[in-house]
Amino acid sequence: MKTDELITALVADRAAPGLSLARKILLALLVGGLLSLCLFLVILGVRHDFATALATWRFDLKLVLMLLALLLAFGVCRALARPITPPHPGRRLLPLLALAIAAVATELAVVPTAALGTRLVGSNALICLSAIPVLSLAPLAALLAALRSAAPPSPVLAGAAAGLLAAAGGAALYALHCFDDSPLFVATWYTLAAIPVVALGAVAGHRLLRW
Amino acid sequence: MFRRPGPNKKRPHTLSSSKDLSQLMRLARGGDDEAYRQLLGQVAVWLRGVARRGLVRAGRGVEDCEDVVQETLLAMHLKRDSWDAAQPLEPWLRAIAHHKLVDHLRRRGFRDHLDLADLAETLPSPQAAEEGASVDARQMLSCLSERQRGIVVAISIEGSSARDVGQKLGMSEGAVRVALHRALKILAVVYRRQQP
Repeated sequence: MKTDELITALVADRAAPGLSLARKILLALLVGGLLSLCLFLVILGVRHDFATALATWRFDLKLVLMLLALLLAFGVCRALARPITPPHPGRRLLPLLALAIAAVATELAVVPTAALGTRLVGSNALICLSAIPVLSLAPLAALLAALRSAAPPSPVLAGAAAGLLAAAGGAALYALHCFDDSPLFVATWYTLAAIPVVALGAVAGHRLLRW
Repeated sequence: MFRRPGPNKKRPHTLSSSKDLSQLMRLARGGDDEAYRQLLGQVAVWLRGVARRGLVRAGRGVEDCEDVVQETLLAMHLKRDSWDAAQPLEPWLRAIAHHKLVDHLRRRGFRDHLDLADLAETLPSPQAAEEGASVDARQMLSCLSERQRGIVVAISIEGSSARDVGQKLGMSEGAVRVALHRALKILAVVYRRQQP
């Protein structure tokens, strides 16, 4: 095919513009999140003392951390899916890091040293480590599908960012179930649980998001 | 935050030397086919220079040049939603061209750093004419279904309109366009998978 002939074909293709990238990501997060929500309600369910927990600062802070993680990871994912990536997209996560450090520092100051070990280990660490990745799978799949129409300069990084956003979604759901509200527990185990999801996203991105 | 490009200097061989590409793309988005054709034509000429110099720089023959041009044009077309109309088109075009050229060379084992700005601006641009894609067109099109191939050939090579093709094949104009769009997506994948 000559290039001029290809151009004629391209001009004839008037496929309507799709949703904006931000909307595609949002929609994927919503669809994947709904699937995970069903799974969550069947397997884990919201903690029975939800109303009481809402009155404690640790639980509220945990929810704020989850919402902030979702918001910032969304920004990172969108930035890395564009052909022109802004410099240092990872710095967008700094507010989350700052809040997490502040929360941990407060916990360390408030809780007696002897009790810190129990706070850190919590009661649910293993469930946390497995539940968050499982709850992240559907959002990750939906996000990767949405990003296939994007044009990321680095498919690996874009996949990793999708993994981060999916992990934030999984963690936000799991946070509604988990009794361990200590910032020490959240900062440690939730982060560890996100790592395999980010890695999976990177590997999948390498395979699926190349263009 | 995006790094904004500096003020447009008048350089002889830059993309923007002849016409405001962003404006053409905006017109094209609004449904102006002539503007889109003009845009793709200008971009193809620019790409040809960039691809040729990139291939030479990587120590490869220029016989792949038109393949790179076509693959990049396809990518620009299929990913055109990723351009933010509030931004100038040129940096976006460069990003896509850089990605496709590096990808093309990587598949052929070239891993060194390649600076597109360098290729696009500091070297003299030979007004190379198109020499036809090195990959056999029939081989490329053979990855399409018979119907898709018929539609692509009728529209691109014979120059028929989508409506005429539809009448000939007993399809609606919309169905022809959907089939064409799918065919272009397949072609983009075929280009990407093709090994030297």
